[in-house]
Amino acid sequence: MAMTITEKLLARAAGREAVSPGELIMARVDFCLGNDITAPVAIDEFEKAGFERVFAPDRIALIPDHFTPSKDIKTAGLVKQMREFSRKHGLTHYYDVGRVGVEHALLPELGLVGPGDVVVGADSHTCTYGALGAFATGVGSTDLAGAMATGEVWFRVPESLKFEFTGKPGPYVTGKDLILYTIGQIGVDGALYQAMEFTGPAIEGLSMDSRFSICNMAIEAGGKNGIIAADATTRAYVEGRFRREPFYAYSDREAQYAAHYRWRAEDIPLMVAKPHLPSNTQAAAELCGVRIDQVVIGSCTNGRLEDLRMAAEILRGHKVHKDVRLIVIPATQAVWQKAMEEGLFSVFLDAEAVVSAPTCGPCLGGHMGILAEGERALSTTNRNFVGRMGHPGSEVYLAGPYVAAASAVAGHIATPEQIGARRAA
Amino acid sequence: MSTLKGRVWTFGRDVDTDLIIAARYLNMKTPEELAAHVMEDADPEFASKVRPGDILVGKENFGCGSSREHAPMALKGAGIPVVIAKSFARIFYRNAFNTGLAILVAPEAVDGIREGDQIEVDLASGQIRNLTTGAEYQAEPLPEFMRALVAAGGCCRI
Repeated sequence: MAMTITEKLLARAAGREAVSPGELIMARVDFCLGNDITAPVAIDEFEKAGFERVFAPDRIALIPDHFTPSKDIKTAGLVKQMREFSRKHGLTHYYDVGRVGVEHALLPELGLVGPGDVVVGADSHTCTYGALGAFATGVGSTDLAGAMATGEVWFRVPESLKFEFTGKPGPYVTGKDLILYTIGQIGVDGALYQAMEFTGPAIEGLSMDSRFSICNMAIEAGGKNGIIAADATTRAYVEGRFRREPFYAYSDREAQYAAHYRWRAEDIPLMVAKPHLPSNTQAAAELCGVRIDQVVIGSCTNGRLEDLRMAAEILRGHKVHKDVRLIVIPATQAVWQKAMEEGLFSVFLDAEAVVSAPTCGPCLGGHMGILAEGERALSTTNRNFVGRMGHPGSEVYLAGPYVAAASAVAGHIATPEQIGARRAA
Repeated sequence: MSTLKGRVWTFGRDVDTDLIIAARYLNMKTPEELAAHVMEDADPEFASKVRPGDILVGKENFGCGSSREHAPMALKGAGIPVVIAKSFARIFYRNAFNTGLAILVAPEAVDGIREGDQIEVDLASGQIRNLTTGAEYQAEPLPEFMRALVAAGGCCRI
């Protein structure tokens, strides 16, 4: 029976020869995770249910990344609860300040998740790991509690959608632009309950960092998971990093898709999502002139080394506009160190940006850059809902790192070309 | 238990989890604390206006966004027993049942119910009666095991 990559990974985790969309299955979980918002609730549920042991102390990561370094007393209590649970159950993968990073950047970087895995995380952007050719999806705290105890979780097998990108993206067009374009085309529930499979020559030409950006935002179209089959780029990334045996799966030629979208990458411009939905997209060049108060470059979507290099490429020799605050947040300690060693921080500091410790922070209006009423931010993060970065009367525009850096310099939304940068595709 | 009667509050499409409970309150995790801020960024007065037993009616993609279980917890904490919508986002759907908040998919009911209407909902049959207008609607009935989850008050309480 012909299957998609998502169906193959779910069949394997369920111990079945084959599965079909719509079936309810009980699947083995290779790895699970929670953060400082979701894990404390999961720990409460775990203990209320009377579970005494976790299924495998080395297959659970508790990552306090959202409000850390702890922003207030209540948050410090949540992290303390995670720390104590991790000690009690001997969890291998608890990472505190100084070691912690934004979870969906940290786990792939440490080689904790890899090709073929079935991963559940109590965070909606768990779908990021699909970029490794894994099945990864967000769940709530109660599901995480069950997974931590039993190593299993139930799923309804999703239908798959195929997104094929032909050709080669234009100058400065990144994975972020491709995914914003996709969400703009299909809407915030355009892939509800479905698997989003990304394929085609334009995807094959992307770095892992750009692929993570794409799969990260599958949830913003309602998708259950985003997935990109492994290729040479994936194998090179995983080699010497992934701590278990990878399993490489590929969609069969005759596999069934609920829909097949095919777009020419060269037709996709630099994109921006306007308030208050990620689907409210428009070409960045058409929004030139929209004034901004703050720019954030970071997050599980765009806080990796490639993103910081892109931002630095644009900022080099420029100053951030006098009316704009630019906050740069490397997603992990390793990204931070490499960025420092490469001299990227000199570029940011010369431009008069601030560089923060790794944290999710402002992405969800947590800390490290909250917006006041009437303020407008342009951010490389993934959501622009009402009040997402602060006051309900503030606004968030989403874009990739090139547009973010160019806009910080211009003081309004701008493309690199609009501030004088030039580069061939 | 399976028949609920209450006053309706209506919301639009794509009600996201940040609207249901803003992240600035996620340093808390009890239903009581969260209920004080439920739907705050959609309507700052909502928490003071809503009464136990009131019912929420949304349009498409209710609960989109984050995986925060605090969203159904906040609704339940405010005494809202059931949310009716045209469709629900996937993680919210799982979380609602896991925390014991009933949710029903009923597109026609959503189109026929106005804010302030009194409605009666039978979770077992999926029957929805608008007591204000007299109209009746049929939602997709809840599977037996999901009704058990709701009756128990959530997954970890069975």
